[in-house]
Amino acid sequence: METRITGRVWKYGDDVNTDVIFPGKYTYSITDRKEMAQHALEDLDPTFAKNVKPGDLIVAGKNWGCGSSREQAVICLKEAGVGAIIARSFARIYFRNCINEGLPIVTCDAVDSVETGDEVTIDFAAGKVFTPRGEYTFPPLDPSVMEILSSGGLVPYVRKKLGLA
Amino acid sequence: MGKTFAEKILALKAGLDEVVPGQIVTVRPDKLLTHDNTSAIAKTFRKIGVKRVANPDMNVVILDHVTPAANETYAQSHKETREFVREQGISAFYDIGEGICHQVLPEHGHALPGMLIVGSDSHTPLHGALGAFATGIGRTEAAAVMATGEIWLRVPESMRIVVVGQMPDRVSAKDLILRIIGDIGADGADYKSVEFAGPAVEAMSVGSRMVLCNMAAEMGAKNAYVAPDDKTRAWLAGRTQASYQEVLPDPDATYAQVLTYDVSTLVPQVAKPHRVDNVVPVTEVAGLEINQALIGTCTNGRLEDLQAAADILRGKKIAPWVRLLVLPASREVLLEAIQAGIITDLVAAGATLLNPGCGPCLGAHEGCMAPGERTISTANRNFKGRMGSPEAEIYLASPATVAASALKGVITDPRTV
Repeated sequence: METRITGRVWKYGDDVNTDVIFPGKYTYSITDRKEMAQHALEDLDPTFAKNVKPGDLIVAGKNWGCGSSREQAVICLKEAGVGAIIARSFARIYFRNCINEGLPIVTCDAVDSVETGDEVTIDFAAGKVFTPRGEYTFPPLDPSVMEILSSGGLVPYVRKKLGLA
Repeated sequence: MGKTFAEKILALKAGLDEVVPGQIVTVRPDKLLTHDNTSAIAKTFRKIGVKRVANPDMNVVILDHVTPAANETYAQSHKETREFVREQGISAFYDIGEGICHQVLPEHGHALPGMLIVGSDSHTPLHGALGAFATGIGRTEAAAVMATGEIWLRVPESMRIVVVGQMPDRVSAKDLILRIIGDIGADGADYKSVEFAGPAVEAMSVGSRMVLCNMAAEMGAKNAYVAPDDKTRAWLAGRTQASYQEVLPDPDATYAQVLTYDVSTLVPQVAKPHRVDNVVPVTEVAGLEINQALIGTCTNGRLEDLQAAADILRGKKIAPWVRLLVLPASREVLLEAIQAGIITDLVAAGATLLNPGCGPCLGAHEGCMAPGERTISTANRNFKGRMGSPEAEIYLASPATVAASALKGVITDPRTV
């Protein structure tokens, strides 16, 4: 995992649920990860999937990813190239799904000082987010949870732990 | 110092003397619930590289989300699930028609007081209504639990919701939980363990307690809980041979938050589009025309829910422009409703009876909406696009409110019919 990443912001609000991140009607009909990316944020921001670039960042308000446990709501963003999600807070299953898919997440209030299109830098080692209008600190993940994320997700982590990798 | 339910049960399951909120523990769940996503989970399980599931008796697999298969893609997914359970020797498998996972799991004795249950479904907290610690997880985690038999959990802070007063006629647990979510918001209980207690909860049926615990997921709760009592024990009688150990919070436990509700003045509530916490008294939206009404789902598809609807619709006809969909939560519920004459009453009133399962709740089949349409539903989510078109609207309410609305063709206060 990179310790410092810079990306272009897509800004969203509070309580964005997994149905608008990845609609329920696709949850059992689309199994290809790349195809999931084509529907990312379909019912929230139809411009996103067409215009997202690798390394872009999502910056959002509170309770990002509430609702269904569907992991595709993380996979579709990861496969679309999103480098990390910064939110004021995360819904708990979404938080776990990000760790398990190896998609970095940052909990802080950066949403207060960014606009879509801004460039933002996350320094994971320092625990800081730098925006054009201010910097934010964020709490580190628990070391045991960080180990899953830095292994690239739960599958590589479990394989390593079971001596299969 | 006293401990909450979550602190006590997670210490017990982690084999520790005590745990504190914020601590990360590794536990071995008693049950792992998976549904139509089992085929996808099986693929990830194989990617991990383990040949056999850690404990076949831990797994409970139920096909419920898009059942019977709506097309070839779903059929293939169901087929792969059947092959996986056979290959792995998983005996607790319930095929299409048995019902919704959160109804079938307890009905067949797989959810018991004092159990630790994880499920690859966000409404898994429902099983706390029987005194279990039950929480939702993702697909990859479910595969890892299959492979290793264990999972990490963060010990949650606890919130206690004390409910007093006598529930008025035509007002139910659904109205109470909608009111609570409306008050504290969609993140009001994020990461927390929510304990429902007090005389009004003790007076509730196990089914009504399930409504509260089911919808705790909509305020972000990690799990929800009602202390087991004689009603719980009576409900479980005949459903299991297994012994179980009830886990109760200490009377002097410390809670991050305590809320008190008096239901004696509660009125029917409705959640407006497109948020579950956008809650108003039914009187504020009464008169709004509907196209469809849905009674069922893991929130409100039990016998008492169908009974409440039948009490309103018996001997009457629904409005001619309304499509009323009724989905009993399980085969057991369907059979009981047939025997009680409830199904006859509902179908005679104009209802379309669907098979036990999730139905249109997740927008995949059996009653999706066109742009501009409006459904009033007993389900737990009204997110944009959830039941078909993102240009359609979902209002959430109790079975009584949905039945009264189907009768009049407009959103209707059930106390007026």
